[in-house]
Amino acid sequence: MKEFKILAVIVALVAVTYYGIEPYAHHVMHPEPAPADYAFSDLKNVDTTLKGDVANGKVLVEANCIACHSIEKEGYPAMMSDSDAASSYGVVPPDLSSAGHLYQTNYLANFIFDPVTASNLKHKYPEGGAKVHPMPSYNWMAAQEIMDMVAYLQSIPKATYVSESEERRADFIDACGRCHSMAYAGISARTPGDVAKAYLGATPPDMSQYIKSRGRHYLENFINDPQRLLHGTGMPRVGLSEEAQTHVIDYMEEIGDAKKAEREDLGWKVMLYMLVFAVFALLWKKQIWRDIH
Amino acid sequence: MAEFKKADSMLEWFDQRLGVVNFVKVMMTEYWIPKNINFLWAMGVVITVLFTLLLVSGIFLLMYYKPDVNMAFDSVNFTIMQDVAYGWLFRHIHAVGASVVFLVIYIHMFTGIYYGSYKKGREMIWISGMLLFVLFSAEGFSGYMLPWGQMSYWAAYVITEIFGGIPLIGDELVVWIRGNFYVSDATLTRFFMLHVLLIPLAILGAIVFHFYALRFPHVNNEEGEFFDFDEEAEKYKAGDKKGSKVIPFWPVFLSKDFMVVGFFMIFFFYLTFYHYGFAMDAINFDKADGLKTPAHIYPEWYFLWSYEVLRGFFFDIAGISGKDLGLIAFGIANAIFFLLPWLDRSPMVKPANQRPYFKYWFWILMADLIVLTIYGKLPPTGVNAWVGFASSMTFLVLFAVLPFITKLEAKKVGGK
Repeated sequence: MKEFKILAVIVALVAVTYYGIEPYAHHVMHPEPAPADYAFSDLKNVDTTLKGDVANGKVLVEANCIACHSIEKEGYPAMMSDSDAASSYGVVPPDLSSAGHLYQTNYLANFIFDPVTASNLKHKYPEGGAKVHPMPSYNWMAAQEIMDMVAYLQSIPKATYVSESEERRADFIDACGRCHSMAYAGISARTPGDVAKAYLGATPPDMSQYIKSRGRHYLENFINDPQRLLHGTGMPRVGLSEEAQTHVIDYMEEIGDAKKAEREDLGWKVMLYMLVFAVFALLWKKQIWRDIH
Repeated sequence: MAEFKKADSMLEWFDQRLGVVNFVKVMMTEYWIPKNINFLWAMGVVITVLFTLLLVSGIFLLMYYKPDVNMAFDSVNFTIMQDVAYGWLFRHIHAVGASVVFLVIYIHMFTGIYYGSYKKGREMIWISGMLLFVLFSAEGFSGYMLPWGQMSYWAAYVITEIFGGIPLIGDELVVWIRGNFYVSDATLTRFFMLHVLLIPLAILGAIVFHFYALRFPHVNNEEGEFFDFDEEAEKYKAGDKKGSKVIPFWPVFLSKDFMVVGFFMIFFFYLTFYHYGFAMDAINFDKADGLKTPAHIYPEWYFLWSYEVLRGFFFDIAGISGKDLGLIAFGIANAIFFLLPWLDRSPMVKPANQRPYFKYWFWILMADLIVLTIYGKLPPTGVNAWVGFASSMTFLVLFAVLPFITKLEAKKVGGK
């Protein structure tokens, strides 16, 4: 029993130290932000209760969007190569084929209305400042017209994928791949690094190990609204729906922590092996010490 | 050459040439350990097991690791962690093993302090153990640089910078250590050499020395009792196993150690597979970037207490800059444990709780080290800075008063 008392003292000392240097220190260094808001409820410029008209939306999109944006799935190809588009606009404009699925409805409507406010980049593009967002505001449009365009974008059927992994990869590329590379997945940013640096203020980092360096929880909050965790960053709020964001983070985990399943499956087996070893060692010790005590 | 008669068995063949029978006796079956011990006496074997795991996993990692600033990060995080079959397992064992071995070293070390196993003939055991502690620290620090992540880089930057505080030669010394004016490829490659060759060689030598140092003064026991080992060994050999105060290293002592190792390894592998974040800091999965300082720089947990002593002095005292004071205190903190056998002036070899004054000293030291460790990680701002200062001062004062406390204790117990 004395040995268990000693063990208890050691466990207590180690537990206090561990609590101090891990959970407590992390809590102090990284205070928990307010939970992610997937409704983007701070954006209120467009009445999203209006029902959009797909046919009218298509007409409006053709008239207003495809000069800069491609919609490959609908037969509107990109006008320029990625590098030309990047030098023209600062960043490669997104293809809109998946926009209706990636971006949350309220965000998408408000982004069309006023990109700077929706993407939370007022510090970068102040009103009347020299720099302007490459996408103009459509705040002169009626809310109904904006909702028509949203309805059209959402009506574009989602591509079919052979696996969930392929779908997650496609979502990652569409949502992040214009600026971010992911070398471990063989994904290169569509906007060249030096152009992106000029546009964003810093070279967007490679995402290969971000699931490890940031962790799922941080990524959830960060992608939802980068300014809350990294004030002043050039990264826009991209307005991913909860589902699309989960796809993106799952894909980052699939690439960045590729051996997770193998690790978790092997772990308990090794522990079980050690338990068997320990029990045999205990029995052997008891047998040997029988003559000693 | 001596005459050899034809051997009747393989054992005899080897015995003629290597004296194996006697060797096994001296090293194992007639190497005597006190019987009156608890599981804390198994920590040495636990450390040996962990060191073996580190050595073996390190050899596998060495086959794929590239000590070059352009390749190191990906060779660890892609090649080893993803490409090589079970490469991730070796890295996890290596990283978690390096962290956990310090936990066990600290338990081993404070067991020695608690039971007074550093004095009255056991000084060289203590000195060689402290030497191992320093070597393991150097090994841990040099190894931490190799993945070439942000914390690798910035911890290397901060720690090598410390040497700049040494008078006269400081600035040149920093350049000499780094092999450049800043932490660079030259730094990485030389720390790689230190980590995989020079320091491991020194550690192996020091382990042999540490084991050898145990032979003459013998292992201490739970009550600090001194007795005649030869007499007790004779009793044991004559068959009075119950009456003898000693047991042989093999199989009796090791049978208990194997059991402790077995249960300990369940915990170790739990950490390796499911709870490794404490040993593989998230920030280190960002590639090293000399132009981007992380918001918080801290060393691995096992260096936090001495790191906090270093930065505990954040203001000038009597015209000496806080930085210099911190450096002096840091130097003292790293050297003072070596002197413990001579700072403790009491002849008592007993568990701390049976010593009238030392027991307070011991538990205050433990509490102070835990406070230093925790505040060594927290940002040194506001009240944290003052807690750091107070606990650093407490540490220094504890060692300054130890000779006087133990002298009083010696008087009180009358030289026993």
